[in-house]
Amino acid sequence: MSGVTLERVTKTFSQVHALDDVSLEIVSGELVALLGPSGCGKTTLLRSVAGLEEPTSGRILIGGRDVTGVPTRERPIGMVFQSYALFPNLTVRQNISFPLEVRHRPPAEIRERVAELLEIVRLGPQADRYPHQISGGQAQRCALGRALAPSPEVLLLDEPLSALDALVRTRLRDEIRRIQQLVKTTAIYVTHDQSEAMAIADRVAVMNHGRVEQVAAPPALYEEPATEFAATFVGSRNALELPIADGRIGLGAAFSIAAPAASRERAIAFFRPEDVQVAVGSMGHPAVVEMKIFLGPTTRLHLATAVGDRTARLHADMPSRAAAHLEEGSVVAVRVDPQHVRAFPVDA
Amino acid sequence: MTVASTGGFGTRAGGLAPPEPNPIVAAIAAQRRRQTRRFRIIFVATWAVLIGGLLGALVAAGRIDFPFIREWGPYILGGVWTTIFVAVCSITIAILFAIVGALGRLSSNPVLFSVSTLYVSLVRGTPLLVQILFIYLALPQIIPGVSEVPAIALGIFALSFNYGAYMTETFRAGIQAVPRGQTEAAEALGMPGRTRMRRIVLPQAIRIITPAIGNEFISMIKDSSLVSVIAVPELLWRAQRVGQSNFRTLETLMIAAAIYWGLTIVLSLVQDRLEKRMAESDRRI
Repeated sequence: MSGVTLERVTKTFSQVHALDDVSLEIVSGELVALLGPSGCGKTTLLRSVAGLEEPTSGRILIGGRDVTGVPTRERPIGMVFQSYALFPNLTVRQNISFPLEVRHRPPAEIRERVAELLEIVRLGPQADRYPHQISGGQAQRCALGRALAPSPEVLLLDEPLSALDALVRTRLRDEIRRIQQLVKTTAIYVTHDQSEAMAIADRVAVMNHGRVEQVAAPPALYEEPATEFAATFVGSRNALELPIADGRIGLGAAFSIAAPAASRERAIAFFRPEDVQVAVGSMGHPAVVEMKIFLGPTTRLHLATAVGDRTARLHADMPSRAAAHLEEGSVVAVRVDPQHVRAFPVDA
Repeated sequence: MTVASTGGFGTRAGGLAPPEPNPIVAAIAAQRRRQTRRFRIIFVATWAVLIGGLLGALVAAGRIDFPFIREWGPYILGGVWTTIFVAVCSITIAILFAIVGALGRLSSNPVLFSVSTLYVSLVRGTPLLVQILFIYLALPQIIPGVSEVPAIALGIFALSFNYGAYMTETFRAGIQAVPRGQTEAAEALGMPGRTRMRRIVLPQAIRIITPAIGNEFISMIKDSSLVSVIAVPELLWRAQRVGQSNFRTLETLMIAAAIYWGLTIVLSLVQDRLEKRMAESDRRI
């Protein structure tokens, strides 16, 4: 078992930086999710670790060994693709034994290892089916078993759940986490789905424009986004651009906090819908309920409120039972605990 | 239908329940079957009228010499084996040409690419008949040893060289149709480059283009008649020989045409069957 180190990795495709000076340290046995919108470089980063892309500059180390320039098939990796990429002419069992046969392992060892993996990915009953005879979730479990067969030091997962429907997705997500913990392999998991990243990862690396903006454990990332991008991309957030007065920004009686040091006239305040307290007729900043969206346990309110002479819109989540008596069009008072508000300077 | 509800947001295990028979669906299916049957009957009847009428007219006009057909028919029919032999050999060798050509067309090496592109362009840009005659008549002037080679071998070479060029593009498309993930997966699992092409990509590509190869084979059966001009004793050559020496080319060409037609009908049926079977197991992964 061993970690992965990226040292100042840059990848340029005809003058466009897909990866821009990325350094990242992944410790042994850790699962790191690379999270970001499409085109942020997360897949290029994963493929660089796999050796399917060669970085323009920088070094990649697996278990302390420099693998930059080493062909993919000689790297100690296992890879799971969004499209499963199972071999259609081989059964589940044959797909899993494939990497072992390529390595000319003795037949008895192969049999034993394949049986063990079928157990781990729970595909015993489907072992002799072909890929077109099993479901998407089963196919991806088979791909996972195949990737793990040669006991790779690092498991690379490229949006493994994107092709699956919602129900299967959460189930398989937890399954991948269980298996990763069981075999104790280091793993890099690419996704554009922030809830998936937070649910599965030890740490999440938020990527944007080829750079890693922040690496943090999910709760820390959720509570304390380091950059404006991280704040907008992770979790659902309200973003209000507010004028600075006496070194502070605020929304009437709702909240008031110190303005970020770097900003002069305006700053953006971020706060989450679940941190907005909504009450009728009590202390707070007045807002009008424009829309009510029932989400089961919670209800989301779309609120309109005055910021100076402009109208701003924000979202508030509250328990559905508490929201039951609120009507669209009714006036409420909102407050936000200042310690849940984060402010960033407005880009000049 | 059983309802296995475990509450509003519960997960339901297992697959879908089998559909209940629906009387409307059954009625629609029955009507569709009746229509299909009626269509088939008219189809067969139309063919019978057209072909029967044509043959009937020829017989009535006393143009067909039946004893002659009885006497020489079996001899002409015997040429079928040569025809099939030539076609099978040619398509097999053509596939090899096409694989090499396709790999060249996909190569990043500019020389390999140019050579295979020249091959495809030259062969597709000249008539097959010219190529056959060139290999049989002109090639011995350049390479004297060629005159020792039996005509049937030269005919097979000409046909496979020609079909290989056409099929090069088919194979190229087939190779490109294999998802990129397949090679990358094989690579990530430790398989070396050449083996990846041979064991992962080509088998899938061949599966993708099998229907196209079937069509090429049917064309090959017919085009193999061209090697009759270099005295390969296949179906058309036999028909021509008997017909010309007895001045009964109507009968002999009709026999030859009927045999070719029968062959292609049988092969098309086989082809349909094969394609249907493949389509059933062809849900893309």
